[in-house]
This record gives sequence, C-alpha cells and structure tokens, in this order.
Amino acid sequence: MTAVLATRGASSAFKRLLQRKMALFGLALVVLIVGAAILAPMIAPYDPYEQHFDGLSLYGEPLPPDATYLLGTDLLGRDLLSRLLYGARTSLIIGVMANGIALMIGTMIGITAGYFQGWLGSVLMRFTDLMMAFPALLLAICLAAIFQPSIWIVAFVIALVNWVQTARVIYTETSALAARDFIAAERTLGASTARILFRHILPHLVPLIIVWGTLGISTTVLLEATLSYLGVGVQPPTPSWGNIIFENQTYFQSAPWLVFIPGFAIVVLALAFNLVGDALRDVLDPTLRGSD
Amino acid sequence: MAALVLRRLIQVGLILLGVSFITFFLLYVLPADPVRQIAGRSATPQTVANIREQLGLDQPFVVQYGRYLFGLLQGDMGRSYLQKTDVATLIMARLPASLLLMAAGIAAELVIGLTMGVIAALWRGRAVDSGLMMTSFVTVSAPQFVVALLLLYIFAVKLGWFPIGGYGTPAHLVLPALTLGILGSGWYARIMRSSMIEVLRADFIRTARAKGLARSRVILRHALPNAILPVIAMIGIDIGIFMGGIVVVEGVFGWPGIGQLAWQAIQRVDIPIIMGVTLVSACAIVLGNLLADLMVPLIDPRIRIR
Repeated sequence: MTAVLATRGASSAFKRLLQRKMALFGLALVVLIVGAAILAPMIAPYDPYEQHFDGLSLYGEPLPPDATYLLGTDLLGRDLLSRLLYGARTSLIIGVMANGIALMIGTMIGITAGYFQGWLGSVLMRFTDLMMAFPALLLAICLAAIFQPSIWIVAFVIALVNWVQTARVIYTETSALAARDFIAAERTLGASTARILFRHILPHLVPLIIVWGTLGISTTVLLEATLSYLGVGVQPPTPSWGNIIFENQTYFQSAPWLVFIPGFAIVVLALAFNLVGDALRDVLDPTLRGSD
Repeated sequence: MAALVLRRLIQVGLILLGVSFITFFLLYVLPADPVRQIAGRSATPQTVANIREQLGLDQPFVVQYGRYLFGLLQGDMGRSYLQKTDVATLIMARLPASLLLMAAGIAAELVIGLTMGVIAALWRGRAVDSGLMMTSFVTVSAPQFVVALLLLYIFAVKLGWFPIGGYGTPAHLVLPALTLGILGSGWYARIMRSSMIEVLRADFIRTARAKGLARSRVILRHALPNAILPVIAMIGIDIGIFMGGIVVVEGVFGWPGIGQLAWQAIQRVDIPIIMGVTLVSACAIVLGNLLADLMVPLIDPRIRIR
C-alpha cells in the first residue's frame, strides 16, 4: 500500500517537474554534464595530462582556442577541453560523495534528535547549533590546508561542514511526524523502534532528503571549486574545475579563457542542480504548493 | 524582553565556548606542526624542543586549552607564533577593513536584490519576472572567485575604471563590494519578490487603490515598507554568510581584512591567529542570528518569541 502510494506520488511529482520550464532546462544541463563526465575518455580529444610539444606559443604562453585545441591550451601546453571533461568527473565525484556523506550524517542526527527528543535530542541539536556558528568556509579551508588533501579528504572535509542544514530540516520534520497519531498507534501495536523509524518515519522524509540532496550538490560543487581555487582542494595534476583556474591564474590577463571557461562550467553545474532542486522542492513539499 | 536577551546572550557565550573548544581540539590533533614552521627546516632537534617548550606546546591538551581560555577571559587572545604580536592587536588592525567591506557589500546586495525583487513582483509572470528569477539563480550558483575575477577582468583590466586591487580610496572598495553584492542579491531578490506579491494581495492595498490613490504611491508608500520588513530580518543571518565568503574576496582583491589574515595564518599554521579569527567570525555569526531573532517581534508584534 505504502509502496503503491509512493510510486504514484513519485511519478506524478516527476510529471509536474517536467511541466516546469526552468526545471526542464536544469535537468537537461545535469544530463549533459553527467554525460560528458562519464564519456570523458571517449570524447576528450587528448590525454588531459599530456603536455603537447606544440601546445605553447614560441614565448611559452598558452595558446588561444583554435582548430587543433578547441578551447586552447593551459600553462603547461595541455589541452583545456580534455582537462575540463576530466575535471567534470572530479567535480561531480566530490560533489556527489561529499553531499552523500553530509546527507547521511544530517539525516541520522536529525532523525535521532527528532524521534527520541529528551536529553539526547537536546545534546544533538545544541551541537548542530554550535556547528551553525562555525564560519564553514574558514573551517573547511583550515582542515583542507592541514591534511595534504586527496580527493577523498576534500570530499570528507566538505561533508563535515555541510550536514548542518539537513540535520535541522530533518529534525523539524521528524519531530512533527513523531507526534502524529499513526506513530502512536504503531507504538501501541508493539512495533519496534527500528521498524517505526525505517518503515514509517524514513519514507515520509524521502522527499525532503531528495530536495536537500539535489540542492546540496551545488553547495558541495561550489565549495570544492573554492577550495581547489585556493590551492587546498584537489591537487594538480588531477584536473578539477577549481584547480584549473588556480593553476592558470598567472595568465589571467593575457589568457582570460583559461579562467573564465572553467568558471563558466562551475556556474552551469551549480545552476543546473539548483534549478532542479528548487523545482523539486516546489513539487514535493506540499506546504509550499500554490505559494508561487 | 530583558530576560530573553540575557538568556540568549548566555547561549551565545556557551556557543562561543564550544566553537573555541572544537577549533582548539582540531588544531591540536591535526598533523600540522607549528614548531616546524617557526624553526625552519635546518633547525636542530634541540632548537625545536626549545621552541616547543617556550610556546607551551609540550603541555597536554587540557593544560594548553585551559591556558588559552584563561587568557581569553581576560581579553588576551594570545600571541602570534610568527609575527610576535598580540593576536588582538593584529585582528583589531584588520577588522575595520573587513567591516567596511561587509557594510558596503550588504548595502550593494540590498540595492541590487530588492530592486530585482520588486520589479519581478510588479511584472509577475511576465518575461521580466522569469528573466530576473533566472538571474537570481545564476547569482546563487556562482562561486565568489569567479564573480570576483570576472568583475576584475572587465572593470579593472579591460576598462580600467577601478584599481586592480588594494585598499585606501573609495574606488578600491567598489569591485569587492559589488562582488559580494551580486553574490548575495539572488536570495534577497527571491524573498523580496514573494513578500511583495503577498503584500500586493492584501486588503489594505486594495483599499488604498479603491480610495483613488495613484498606483505609484500605493506601491512606494504602502506596499514597499510592509514588504521590506521580512527582508530586514534576513540581514542578521547574512552576516554569517559574509564572514565565510570574505576570505576569498579579500584574497582576490588584496583587501587587507581579517580574511587575508586568516588565510596567511592557515598557510603558516599560526594557531593563535586562526583561533582568534575563527572566534571573531563565530561571534559575528551568532550575534547576527541573535539580531535577526530579536528583530522579528519588533517588526511584527504579532510574533512573540519564547
């Protein structure tokens, strides 16, 4: 019964999502970028690490876009397009992974605090308040700078500063659910705590988790780009959109495309997930329906 | 009200205590050794040990943290390891620049965001509205450094209207403030739009129109002041977002504020400075949130907070 309702809800929500132009646009961008990232080995014209002999001008400067190197070359004579395509993989892997970890931490803390309330709930939520007071970017920069970062550590650092919002949203929703009659009824019938949490509370939280998970990808992608831009995120030669800008910044005035093409890519990726996430929120969150 | 403020201030104190503990703990357990940075690579083990003892870094965690906290209660934030100056002095020297940038940034985002929001609400459902809402999405999806570099390239490198970076004249302030303004304007635009739409539907607006007032007067004198109230409560929360973003923007424009101070300190593992800047930022964040909470009942007397 629950499953049937859930599928029907999901398919109608998906239909409503497709009716929104902005969401559709965002979805198309997501598909395009994810597709490019997956197919990178096939569609990239060159090896992203190869320093081409003819990839620099006679003065040793990066080449502007031309027929051989479609988006030009970077400071070491590597093909920018190939680096961008592989960089999309790095950015997406970190975005999805960091966001997944953050979502998991946030959901667990939110559910536990919301369902059990009492001293446990208080402690968890006060801790969440505490984390809200942290200057997140400063903390992330500090952690990333201290650990000589690998992709995994960057993702983990981003997750550590990003779970707070989810925890608060899930907490509020779980508290409201836990007070509802059907949960009391389940408890009277003798259902175990685990059963109530996983079979009755969690399914109700799925729309929220989907919305925050989608919006969270843009936040994590932006944070990764910022850390990599500062030189404390993904380390070269592994390409990420942020560190392509970091590496080429010295050529900022003479070869602006090296900064603005990856910059544009970052904005498009974050925008895509924001558009989809925002539309999902309108479609899935019944309290907001009709407010717009 | 006084009791409420007092209770919230105690909470603020506890939160700052927690922030100081967590930051201190993280910096203690992480594999970064400030002594190596101070002593340099060629230092003998004896020198390293001496410096460690001088700074009290050979003490157990509890003693180190206790000392720090004790100093903090007396207004002493410790001394920078490398600059040999009081952290409080260093921060106070940099803080005015950051506060100036923050004030200018907030002013810029209010002007841009509120204008966008009002226009979108008045032409709701038209092309202008969707265009502005799309723009607001783009601004919240752009990383700070991309917007900063873009403005720098267009207005400083190509057009030469503003200096490339630095501090001192009003011209230096324009680009960094505009960067922060553009980045923050998206949220304000969306809140302002929905607030304005709600107000325009209200009975008193219909009454004002019905008694024959001009549309422009109704919008400027009746709708706008009411629609702006919920937006103002947002400014407090915004301060927190600013404190994070300031590191990047100050870095790109060479603005000598606490963000730059923190960035240099992080690279050199100058723990007292990192602690100091984190605490100052946390202070700004919690006070901003407190301000937002306290402003809500002042703005709308129907809402009372517990």
